[in-house]
Amino acid sequence: MSKKNPEYDFKWCPGCGDFGVRRALEFAMIDRLEETGLPMENNVVVAGIGCSGNLVHLLEGDQPYGMHGIHGRSLPIALGVKMARPELNVVVVAGDGDFLSIGGEHIGPQAARNLNITAVIMDNGVYGLTKGQSSPTTKLGVITSSTPYGKIESQINPLELYLTLGVSYIASGFSGQPRPLSRLIKQGMEHPGFSIVHVQSPCTTYNDTFEELKGNPRKGIEPTLWEVPDDHDPSSKAAAYDVIQRGGLPVGVVYNDESRPALEQRVEQMWDTARARSAEELMASFEF
Amino acid sequence: MQMRDFVVRFAGEGGQGVVTSAEGLAQSSTQVGYHALTFATFPSQILGGPTWTQARISVDPVQAPGDDVDVLVAFNREAYDNHYAEVREDGVVIFNSTEFDLEGDSRAFGLPVEELARSTGNNRAANMVIMGALAHLVNMPHEYLEEFVERRFSRGREGDDEIIRSNLQALRLGREHIALSGFNLGELAPSKMPEYQQLMIKGNEALSLGAIAGGLDFYVGYPISPATPILLYMERNLIGKDRFAYQVSSEIESITAILGAGYAGKRAMTATAGPGVSLMSEGLGLSWVAEIPLVVVDVQRGGPATGLPTKTEQSDLMSCMFPAHGDVRVPVIAVGTVEECFYGAVKAIEWAEKYQGPVILMSEMALAERAQNIPKPDLSKVKPAQRWVYEGNNGYQRYAGYELSPMPLPGGPGAYVANGSEHDDIGDTTHLPERHIQMTQRRFGKIKLLEEEYYEREGAEHSVAILPWGGSKGPAQEAYDILKRQGAPVSWYYTMYLNPLPPKLLEELKQKDLVIVPELNYQGQFSSILRAAGVKAESITQYTGLPFKARTLVERISEMTNFRLTEAVGV
Ligand SMILES: Cc1ncc(C[n+]2csc(CCOP(=O)(O)OP(=O)(O)O)c2C)c(N)n1
Ligand code: SF4
Ligand SMILES: [Mg+2]
Repeated sequence: MSKKNPEYDFKWCPGCGDFGVRRALEFAMIDRLEETGLPMENNVVVAGIGCSGNLVHLLEGDQPYGMHGIHGRSLPIALGVKMARPELNVVVVAGDGDFLSIGGEHIGPQAARNLNITAVIMDNGVYGLTKGQSSPTTKLGVITSSTPYGKIESQINPLELYLTLGVSYIASGFSGQPRPLSRLIKQGMEHPGFSIVHVQSPCTTYNDTFEELKGNPRKGIEPTLWEVPDDHDPSSKAAAYDVIQRGGLPVGVVYNDESRPALEQRVEQMWDTARARSAEELMASFEF
Repeated sequence: MQMRDFVVRFAGEGGQGVVTSAEGLAQSSTQVGYHALTFATFPSQILGGPTWTQARISVDPVQAPGDDVDVLVAFNREAYDNHYAEVREDGVVIFNSTEFDLEGDSRAFGLPVEELARSTGNNRAANMVIMGALAHLVNMPHEYLEEFVERRFSRGREGDDEIIRSNLQALRLGREHIALSGFNLGELAPSKMPEYQQLMIKGNEALSLGAIAGGLDFYVGYPISPATPILLYMERNLIGKDRFAYQVSSEIESITAILGAGYAGKRAMTATAGPGVSLMSEGLGLSWVAEIPLVVVDVQRGGPATGLPTKTEQSDLMSCMFPAHGDVRVPVIAVGTVEECFYGAVKAIEWAEKYQGPVILMSEMALAERAQNIPKPDLSKVKPAQRWVYEGNNGYQRYAGYELSPMPLPGGPGAYVANGSEHDDIGDTTHLPERHIQMTQRRFGKIKLLEEEYYEREGAEHSVAILPWGGSKGPAQEAYDILKRQGAPVSWYYTMYLNPLPPKLLEELKQKDLVIVPELNYQGQFSSILRAAGVKAESITQYTGLPFKARTLVERISEMTNFRLTEAVGV
């Protein structure tokens, strides 16, 4: 809405990785709508707090529904939206700090529930909005505004964390490739369960990793990004673990388990055994 | 003079039937036309451990547990030691002489409960032995309990006859046995069966039912005493298409999940106690700023922190009215009786939709677990709350202006961003001063939509008023009745709408020279709020983890008003 709305007073820095993620999400939603015939209003984008979460205000064209809540809580908000209205397509957009630090406690429960939503995580290895403090994915030893003598915690590996927690669809992508990224996101939306698309989305202001990710032959820098090969079997947890352990940053679908029912399906199954009763009937059991 | 009511306390070990006896006595009494309520505190250990529950049986409707214990039924020695001091001077102690022996208390009489039950051929008739003894102590006509037994066990099953026979025999044995003691408490006035249909129900159950009748369709929660029964009730009953009840993994998930559900079009609620309210702080602020309807129930216990998980207190009012940082004042309904648990919940769901924001419904431990007979609510008069849904086209300005506006439903036209950052008409973040001014005024302005007309009022000509809130209503009402009988110049006011207060009530209170607020906290939380609103309010505080006794309130109010009591206070 940025182009249309002069009042909106947040802008991404020039070159910010989140531009590419926005594009990819737009592609994915539009492609999906073309296939399903549903209106854009069928999408609900639940945003975390951070530069990344501002994506919800910056989408161009037809507008989806959005909720820009509080720091770290986009997953349980999405839980509420989805279980209230399972027919909606619910997408979470959040940063590495929002999702993995303050909001980290919510990943495990959604994985266990297999909540049928798609989380698109913009990992820039830093807290962008609060101006450059260290985040869970900042590397050990790195100097940031909040680690003046170097970071003294190990960097976490989000893909490994998701796999361990039982997230049923895990993809890893790069914001510099909006089209391929959009396909990972769309597949996540189609996945019947909890999907996370973890995106390398560099912060050009506080942690510019573009060169490191893409490599630079002139400087002799090897890219850390690498394509997950076609022969990878994403339904195998062991194979997914191998991909994650290979080092660097894989791009592609790392893990995909479609065998587990989503939470809303389990809830529906419960309706068979449970008997829904009206207020009238319920009250009758207290009469004397 | 005939007795109008009496209190029996059952004390013993968890698992000895302490709770079932009290609830059974309450139930059987209400079935023959008396009014009854129970009062319990829980042992903090899971299995066994000392526990007690009391039942107050009355000819007239009552709303308080009663000041004194008329009869103590002690299931073991420890129970006797812990409770005998609370039995009134001319009261009676019935002790289970199968379990222990007692000498030197002239009020005590041993009843070999289990032996007598066994002699009827039905070990489970032990309760009825005690009931028979109790009925004798208050000269309750035999037929009352006999009728109850016959009705209760005529279930059209094989063996009903035998069960009825053994229970009737147990009643008789209990009666005959206690007769040997020569003890008598007096004569309970005859009961009068109310004309209306009744329910026997606990506070938490009434609250759950009220919410469902009010249109609730989405509930999540996290276990915490004393709110857990609401979660369990919803998980059993609020299920099916378009309804959802679920245990989430923290109170932070509870509040944020109902935010999502409320946004997506559902009438959503969670219930918790103080510690959960603290965790919900930020989410409640989001609900206020983004204008999302939802209800949070706070079943208060003693605080702060883990506090007194199984005791009663009214110390969360500030946390509920001002639960979040920033300029926030959340609408609060505080229920004072089991019946109000039902109607308060209906109202809370209605309010949330009416002004599109968070509503806090306050209850408390002593109400939550109280089983009581109440008039059956007339569901034909309860209208489920309705969402005001936007039906126009896309390009809607959800937050335009200063007035309530319809809410778009995700999936339908009018997509917008519900934003917890300060925002403009379409929900985009903005920090312009004029927007913060507009939105702040918009949010506070909507509270006006919740101003109610009705409040309780009596003796308004007096310049000193009693104004309890929440569960202190019951004891305060009894104190007021005593003071009124003795000619004290005090008036009575009560409302469950604490924020906003009914405007006419506030106007009246401001005219008073003194408004006395009995409340179960140290700081006098409600009276501070009233003073800030220009009312000359002063609290009577208590922070024991137990409800007020009416007697305490009569004495304190007399002191505060320099009123000389003409008779001793016997409640
Ligand atoms: C409860 C709370 N704590 C702290 C903040 C301040 N805060 C805003 S965004 C942010 C971190 C954002 O980092 P990340 O999620 O990585 O997003 P990015 O800006 O890098 O996209 C913090 C700490 C807040 N808004 N709320
Ligand atoms: S600070 Fe970093 S993450 Fe934030 S907008 Fe600028 S470049 Fe993007
Ligand atoms: Mg970040």
